[in-house]
Amino acid sequence: MNGLDGVDAGPIPSDTGAAPEAGAPADPAGHPSVAALFDRFGDAVTHHEVSAGDEHVVHVDPSRNVEILGWLKDDPDQRYDLLRDVTCVDHGGGEPLRVVYQLWSIPHRRALRVRCLLELDALEIDSVVPLWATANWLEREVYDLFGVTFRGHPDLRRILMPHDYAEGHPLRKDFPLRGRFSRAEQTRRALNQDVDRFYIPAERAVGREPQEVTLAAESGDSETEG
Amino acid sequence: MAQKTVEFNVGRNPEMGVDGLPTPSPMAPFDVPEPDLGEEHMLVNIGPQHPATHGVLRLVCELDGETVVNVTPHIGFLHSSFEKLGEYRTWNQIVPLTDRMDYLAPLIYNCAYVMSVEKLMGLEVTPRCKVARVILMELDRIFGHLLWLGTTAIDVGAFTPFLYTFHERERIYTLHEKLTGARITTSATRVGGLMADFPEGWIAELEHFLDTFPRTLEEVHQLLTGNGILIGRTQGIGVIGAEEAVNYGFTGPNLRASGVDYDVRKDQPYYDYETYDFEVPIGEHGDCYDRYLVRMEEMEQSIGILRQAIERLPDGPMDVEDPRITLPTKTDAMSDMESMIHHFKLITEGIPVPSGDCYLPVEASKGELGMYLVSNGGGKPVRWRVRPPSFVNISVLPKLARGHLVSDLIMINASLDIVLGEIDR
Repeated sequence: MNGLDGVDAGPIPSDTGAAPEAGAPADPAGHPSVAALFDRFGDAVTHHEVSAGDEHVVHVDPSRNVEILGWLKDDPDQRYDLLRDVTCVDHGGGEPLRVVYQLWSIPHRRALRVRCLLELDALEIDSVVPLWATANWLEREVYDLFGVTFRGHPDLRRILMPHDYAEGHPLRKDFPLRGRFSRAEQTRRALNQDVDRFYIPAERAVGREPQEVTLAAESGDSETEG
Repeated sequence: MAQKTVEFNVGRNPEMGVDGLPTPSPMAPFDVPEPDLGEEHMLVNIGPQHPATHGVLRLVCELDGETVVNVTPHIGFLHSSFEKLGEYRTWNQIVPLTDRMDYLAPLIYNCAYVMSVEKLMGLEVTPRCKVARVILMELDRIFGHLLWLGTTAIDVGAFTPFLYTFHERERIYTLHEKLTGARITTSATRVGGLMADFPEGWIAELEHFLDTFPRTLEEVHQLLTGNGILIGRTQGIGVIGAEEAVNYGFTGPNLRASGVDYDVRKDQPYYDYETYDFEVPIGEHGDCYDRYLVRMEEMEQSIGILRQAIERLPDGPMDVEDPRITLPTKTDAMSDMESMIHHFKLITEGIPVPSGDCYLPVEASKGELGMYLVSNGGGKPVRWRVRPPSFVNISVLPKLARGHLVSDLIMINASLDIVLGEIDR
């Protein structure tokens, strides 16, 4: 597909995408954390590869992501204390979405990339906000742009797109560049905005009831009368 | 590792708590009784069009009197779907998108993007190109910090430093323009090199800038660093400890102000940064004042790195000669059939990048900038993800601002050094 065809159809239509080539399995001994992960979690670590020369990637079971990432964060030999990034990759063609965690250990100066593969009909994974507070906004962005639901996230709502955006999740491969609605429909929706949509429920609850305010200074004899 | 704790001859005001507790405003002008407002909280919008938000950022504050009970940043007003656009473009066509993210330090983003593509291709750039990119990145670190310095000074009511810093920025704009033809949207890099070598006299002009700029920096130091108003507005405001700062994903000067010694240039060096002699300033209190000091010192260090880089800038070609990425010469393309086909394929299909993924972090002026690329072997990326430092830094604002006054919220926001073009992407 070339040129402007993709503008209406999305970069890779969901029926023609190519499956990503799995990297060749690498030797776990090349990275101390990977060897330890295989020892400790066994079957839950499904794949290990080296990408771009020196970047170690492991695939883990999405249902145990918090357990494994928590161990990587807290174990004294691992100490991956900085969560650099949480993002997601869609390869198109009905392939599973890949949630990607970029970890960095400040004490040991080591990097590790952890991937979780989510099938398209089960886009749910446990949130890692209890481990790293920085995951809050990063997971919201993945939810917004890819439609992955993070179980246990404290505040899961759209972040870059408007709260009432109804056209779907823009970074999915079958999402057209111009959006799903016609330009006329998009304009109509923009013009019919309700002011309330600019506030989240917690904000709408603040100060809604009108209240009599009496200034303490006015109750006594005051210079305002003179 | 070389490290340095920022120290200046400035006493910390003992009345301004540095233990993380908000302190009452030091400048209550009149002794008037507090009005009884009951328990009701007020909802106040700051932005999206407000100069103190440093961009199109909207802060919805829940206020108890003048104290911030809660603040919710609403972002996305500048969302331009750069990452989505990147999936429709060939690898080299993405470069112009990168400088539109952090338009305050565009060259760092240009360089970081092509560095990640080159890493995925296993491509080593020429020695001259490496040093040239170090020059560009350090120049734009000063460029980005200068804007932060000027606008932060405005936020505390000091107008003169703003004029000084913007005058210096204008000189860097001129350097940008002479090198790339554009002042902000530089698009200076290409995969495998730069769009052009340094023009004649450019290095001499940069040296002149390096000779004269420290004097301006010194003047700003004298105006601000010991200034009672700045100290009162920043010391003990927006405090975050080392462990929490890491947990909240702080990087760059914000993290180092909390006392964590983490700088990508030292910890995961690229472009021979380990051979440059420079120090990483570390703060100790993690408040707005330390963030100010760390950035001021970083500018000094960048001047040193620039001087060393100019000294070691080797002669030789700027761009790599690799048939995968290098276009044939115009003469060849017009006279030789194979060269013309080669030219045609490179332009229409894009350069081939092997299958795989790659995360490359660099130390940008705002923090750790990561470029995550996923390729399936084609001429366009499957996914191009930018790990945005400002996006992560601004997400900490609610935690930092809670319990402070509204005026402190403005100061905390300024001290984080955000750029909305990159937050919203």
